[in-house]
Amino acid sequence: MSLIVGIPVITILSILLLTQVRERWKGDVALITVLLNAGLSSYLAVPAIRGDSFEYIFNGGYVFGSIPIRVDALSGWFILLMNFTILTGIMYGRRYMKHYEDKSGSINKGSKNLTIHFASYVTNHFAMIGIYCVQNSFAFLCVWEIMAITSFLLIIFEHSKMETLKAGINYIVQSHISMIFFFVGFMWVNSFTGSNDFNAITQYSSSVTTSVSFLLFLCFFIAFAIKAGFVPFHTWLPYAHPAAPAHVSGMMSGVIIKLGIYGILRILLLIKGDFLSMGYFILVISIITGVYGVMLAIVQHNLKKLLAYHSIENIGIIGIGIGLGCIGVGTGNTYLIFAGFGGALLHTLNHSIFKSLLFYCAGTVYQATHTMEIEKLGGLIKRMPRTSTLFLIAALAICGLPPFNGFISEFLIYSGLFKGINDVPLSPLAFMVGGIIGLVIIGGMAMLCFTKAFGIVFLGNERHELPSNIHEAEFSKLFPKYMIAGLILLIGLVPQIFIGVIAKPVSLFMGSNTLGTRPEEFTDVMQYVSLASVTFILLCVTMWYIKKLTTKSAIIESSPTWACGYATPSPKLQYTAGSFVRPFRKLIRPLLMMNKKEGEIKEIFPRPIHSETHPYDRLEAVLIDFPLMQIKGFIGKFKFLQNGNPQMYILYGVAFIFIILLIPIVINAWEFISHLFHQI
Amino acid sequence: MNLLSLIFIVSASLIFTGIVIRTKSIFSGRKGPGIFQPLKDIFRLLKKGSVYSKTSSYIFQIAPTIYFVSILIGIFFIPFGNQQGIISFKGDFVFFAYVLALGKFFMIISALDTGSSFSGMGASREALFSLLVEPAFFMLMASFALLTGHTSFHEIFSSLHFGSYISYAVGILAAIVLVIIALIENSRMPVDDPKTHLELTMVHEVMVLDNSGFDLGIIQYASSLKFAMYGAIIANFFLTPGYEWYFSCAIFAGSQVIFAIIVGIVESFMARFRMNHNPQYIFTLTSVTLLIFLGVLLILGKIG
Repeated sequence: MSLIVGIPVITILSILLLTQVRERWKGDVALITVLLNAGLSSYLAVPAIRGDSFEYIFNGGYVFGSIPIRVDALSGWFILLMNFTILTGIMYGRRYMKHYEDKSGSINKGSKNLTIHFASYVTNHFAMIGIYCVQNSFAFLCVWEIMAITSFLLIIFEHSKMETLKAGINYIVQSHISMIFFFVGFMWVNSFTGSNDFNAITQYSSSVTTSVSFLLFLCFFIAFAIKAGFVPFHTWLPYAHPAAPAHVSGMMSGVIIKLGIYGILRILLLIKGDFLSMGYFILVISIITGVYGVMLAIVQHNLKKLLAYHSIENIGIIGIGIGLGCIGVGTGNTYLIFAGFGGALLHTLNHSIFKSLLFYCAGTVYQATHTMEIEKLGGLIKRMPRTSTLFLIAALAICGLPPFNGFISEFLIYSGLFKGINDVPLSPLAFMVGGIIGLVIIGGMAMLCFTKAFGIVFLGNERHELPSNIHEAEFSKLFPKYMIAGLILLIGLVPQIFIGVIAKPVSLFMGSNTLGTRPEEFTDVMQYVSLASVTFILLCVTMWYIKKLTTKSAIIESSPTWACGYATPSPKLQYTAGSFVRPFRKLIRPLLMMNKKEGEIKEIFPRPIHSETHPYDRLEAVLIDFPLMQIKGFIGKFKFLQNGNPQMYILYGVAFIFIILLIPIVINAWEFISHLFHQI
Repeated sequence: MNLLSLIFIVSASLIFTGIVIRTKSIFSGRKGPGIFQPLKDIFRLLKKGSVYSKTSSYIFQIAPTIYFVSILIGIFFIPFGNQQGIISFKGDFVFFAYVLALGKFFMIISALDTGSSFSGMGASREALFSLLVEPAFFMLMASFALLTGHTSFHEIFSSLHFGSYISYAVGILAAIVLVIIALIENSRMPVDDPKTHLELTMVHEVMVLDNSGFDLGIIQYASSLKFAMYGAIIANFFLTPGYEWYFSCAIFAGSQVIFAIIVGIVESFMARFRMNHNPQYIFTLTSVTLLIFLGVLLILGKIG
């Protein structure tokens, strides 16, 4: 009990402290706060994940009613994975923010901005703990709103840039669209049951037909899908991630969009209905999300935007897992439930770690080179070898390649899909085949995308004149990244221990079925996966030594790259990111929107011409921009009302008050007249 | 120990490229080199010194090793009739495909590491083609997982037996698809011509333009190994689990040789496709595998 109160108290105290301390201590205050809050919440989460869930009814007074605080295995899992990323985020972020400390001329302005930033960071952490624990719809909406607003403040740290501000506003507007769906969903349940407790959803949905409960599910799904970034609700994400500072992008991609995943899983736990059709729905939308996300990621020119689109792709993979699990629930197949939900939960952790690592590395690159344009970078591996290697590890992990962690969760989902095609009837089978093809294509495209990202940004020669003082980041900036890389390798090499950890959260989804020996079965398989991965690494090391031994006496020379006889190769001759993905871009041209600007070649001796391509999101154009334009056109017709004349505005006010006063009079008169008629 | 398949595949890899080259030379009316000549070339390369580009980094130096080991690990999963591979577990073909992809990932970035425009071109194509060929392999395995009810190489192949007419059709189609996959994965005709002398039209060869000495040697040997590995998968369709093991040995050797000769014939009589027609060609494979999948559904009586 006292522990729960501790978290908001610590947060408030730390915000007060942040306003008082000197600039260079602010990061440390935030770090200590995050450590304390993470410690307290993990203290609740660790027993929960072992099956010892925590429940406490908090009296919220007249407004909230009783607020149940429940930390079960699912919340526990999400709290733990959040704490890790939030912690590495602030460890990296406090060093990242040093960059912004002394630059501002006036002491106050920069300092206030930093105060707000760090205060938002700790409040955001507090709000997310709240989201994972609170099970009262009204209180939930409150913490959700706190989370939305603080993350808005985090995004717009560089608010002097117009783009950043626009991205932030886009984000906050879309967050509030999701709020509308929450309101509808919660009020719907409340109006039938009169309760704000989440359990009312179970109570209500078991009393109605499956189609009604599917509609209710859809309502919550959309609300959470906007946060998670499922296509077509993803359009805020590629703007917000690049605009935010690196550690915030990492944290947002790693943790905040996972709130949406948590929400969907929570609703699936609560709702009663036709899981088979929910599973089909989630599976189909996830395959679209995954394929669409990575497809757009490939054609991006901005490194952070590329990573943002990859978040959408990974949400798709997680969604495929969830959909598979739902089909398992629908058909009563415990293997599918374990593989699906287990894979989804593990991929949530995996994505949160490798994606945050990628964003932190991108942040380091940005601070060194002041650009995120992939085409302008190159050759960074020689100047920043450690950052490059860390980026490579994360890139391999995100492509789902062994022996890294991304493979483990994708393997779980794959094994569910392959097992599923044997066990289920024809119609779910068709969806599973779709799932397999989707996952394979996503994997292949991710590989294309990250060979491009890593190859162009870090390898070769500089494609553009970069600042000469690029050097490796200091140890305190690298340390959190080493922590993440360590966890990536740990999950990749000894996945069997993590199967045990996810067994309890997954068992929640089993419903009337029992877990049986499923965890043991999967642990068994994972032991072999681990064996194969370790063998792979050992063989690589052996082979390397064989190479060293054989070539000991051979002459090793170095010379310029062989340019097929061309004597003066220049960095301009290198393959560019655009040309690297050109064959792919041509292939998917009907699905893309490339705004291309190209000068014409004129005269006999042509002058240099420029060619620019701007990838744009076709779905965004259709679903967001077009309706917005229509609404703007319609509202534009009422522009005459806003004529800048104060007298007119006062007149509007008076007219408004007059109409409001008129309403009861009219109603009374109507009643009087109808009464009169009745008497006649 | 289940070393049998590893030993067989490695010994097949020693002569595989030799047979291909010999077939090609016979068809073009030449005597051609002996079948051990490619192996001798590789040995010569292994002992040579190497030249590393000033542009390249450590990625370029470790990539060939990782590529080679990735194929070696792939071979560990291949069963031999009733004998399982060195490592075998449920869903091992997922690991198989992904570990091969890891090797390719490193080859692609090592090509980009040299900063050469030709290598980049090859890398781009390799990445695209391997992305397109992947679904075909997975759908093929899904079909056999559905047919046999198992999800590992060993279990699938040891319980695979053909009964009806459709199943023969499925088996033959699957073998053809695997041959084509093997040709694409090894960057052979008709997708890529290893003997072309124009860098603009190469895929795999142009990626390793800057490799030399030991690295080039193991890359070339890895290519033979990869051929023998796919040959072994194809051979597994025809092995007769349950009979004496020496039958299997003869069938295995026979199918490897036939596979090598087929590759040689294909390379002698086919021209390379235009580069922009390759994606269509590769993607057609996936639709053929879907046909196989439908065939399996028919066999099992789930549809029709």
